[in-house]
Amino acid sequence: MSRFEAMDGNAATAEAMRQINPDVVPAYPITPQTSTVQTFSQFVADGEVDTEFIRVESEHSAMAACIGASAAGGRVMTATSANGLALMWEMVYIAASNRTPIVMTVVNRALSGPINIHCDHSDSMGARDAGWIQLFGENPQEGYDNCIQAVRIAEHEDVLLPVMSMYDGFITSHGLERVQIEDDGAIKDFVGPFTAHEALLDVDHPVTYGPLDFYDFYMEHKRQQVEGMKHARRVILEVAADFEKRFGRHYGFFDGYRLDDAELALVVLSSTAGTARSVVDDLRSQGLKVGLLKPRVFRPFPAEELADALRDKAVVGVMDRSDSFGALGGPLFMELSAAFKIHDVPAKTVDYVFGLGGRDTTPDQIESVFRDLAGIAETGKIQQPVTYLGVRE
Amino acid sequence: MVNPNAGWKEIPWGGKIVEAGNAREYETGSWRAQQPVVDQETCINCLECWVFCPDVSIDVKDGEMVGFHLRFCKGCGICASICPVEAITMVAEAEAEGS
Ligand code: SF4
Ligand code: SF4
Repeated sequence: MSRFEAMDGNAATAEAMRQINPDVVPAYPITPQTSTVQTFSQFVADGEVDTEFIRVESEHSAMAACIGASAAGGRVMTATSANGLALMWEMVYIAASNRTPIVMTVVNRALSGPINIHCDHSDSMGARDAGWIQLFGENPQEGYDNCIQAVRIAEHEDVLLPVMSMYDGFITSHGLERVQIEDDGAIKDFVGPFTAHEALLDVDHPVTYGPLDFYDFYMEHKRQQVEGMKHARRVILEVAADFEKRFGRHYGFFDGYRLDDAELALVVLSSTAGTARSVVDDLRSQGLKVGLLKPRVFRPFPAEELADALRDKAVVGVMDRSDSFGALGGPLFMELSAAFKIHDVPAKTVDYVFGLGGRDTTPDQIESVFRDLAGIAETGKIQQPVTYLGVRE
Repeated sequence: MVNPNAGWKEIPWGGKIVEAGNAREYETGSWRAQQPVVDQETCINCLECWVFCPDVSIDVKDGEMVGFHLRFCKGCGICASICPVEAITMVAEAEAEGS
């Protein structure tokens, strides 16, 4: 039987990890992820899991140990945030290139500097080209559910790519919410036993991981990674369908709210979608045809599906919780704009960079975005392609 | 070993080498700029060169050092450097070929 508990995002993720019972968890503490692995290490100390918990001296070593343990033939998980992810950097790419299906929770936090421990998406957005699958969750429930689904997605033999599961630092990681925790046995059945592919410890079939790879084969190996991502599109939906069948909660590439007949649409990731939903309700009650789209999957980017979902909108406002300095806007805006161009979506698109370093985003600000979008729909003119929401001039 | 012209669908995922000992197929001898030459008169068959050669390129028969596997010898000069009686000299590849 499933049960309901009041849990923050990190406790819910640690609970998911307990139920998954991975073979190896190498981890290093960093705010605001710390309580995830701290809680999990208690499960290890109490003998509630069989996991080998490796206390490493840095995040670079954490990811290196993850890669080694995964190559050796184990199911491997870890968690990090911001500067910790940055310190892992070269290993993050190597994990994907070696096709090690590691699952890592990334509790989103602003990447320094100046140093800041609060939420934005600059950490995981910086890693968007590293070759990892990226899932964004809105609340502790989605953090728990995505963590569990990530295992199946990563380990699928057509995918074999590592997965990052994100949720917002402090807002979700430390905010208590009602979370439905599934039965231990049901989660064990769902994730299934781990099947190692070409494990280092399979001494009867010796294999070398990570040898030199020059101009003669490197490009073919990169092409294989592209194929893994292509398969991930199918597998993410298959795993979500099975998850829904067993546990009743629906997941896909994204989640629409009052979107079908909306003329003005807002696209925003993670916890801000919760605030945006209440603004949508308020404005709907005033007769404005507004709606919300919350992406869940950022890598692989579901361009065609997003284009189809937003094709008939007059104006689409994108809210980016990170910037790409010197670029045309935030990463979500750029990807979506490219998707619109490639898939012939006529909707006008504007970007709002918001919430950097944990800056509060109020319903009033989100309402002002919708009012902007209404103005663009009326005049047909975009005054400003990128707006910094809530910044003091 | 993987065919050098194989496409991305045919080769092992992630750059793994899934066949043990296939370094044998990879001829590193072509990298050589200098070639080791042994003076058998001076050699005392201590086999230190055999121990230190990073490419297993010292040819040993019946406990005696008899030459080099030039398909693999990269010409690093470690053998020449380690030999206690200076029986090995490194000569320019072009010279060695001409001789
Ligand atoms: S190290 Fe010198 S002396 Fe010893 S076996 Fe090699 S060539 Fe001969
Ligand atoms: S030159 Fe280097 S590779 Fe060649 S035989 Fe001597 S030690 Fe081995």
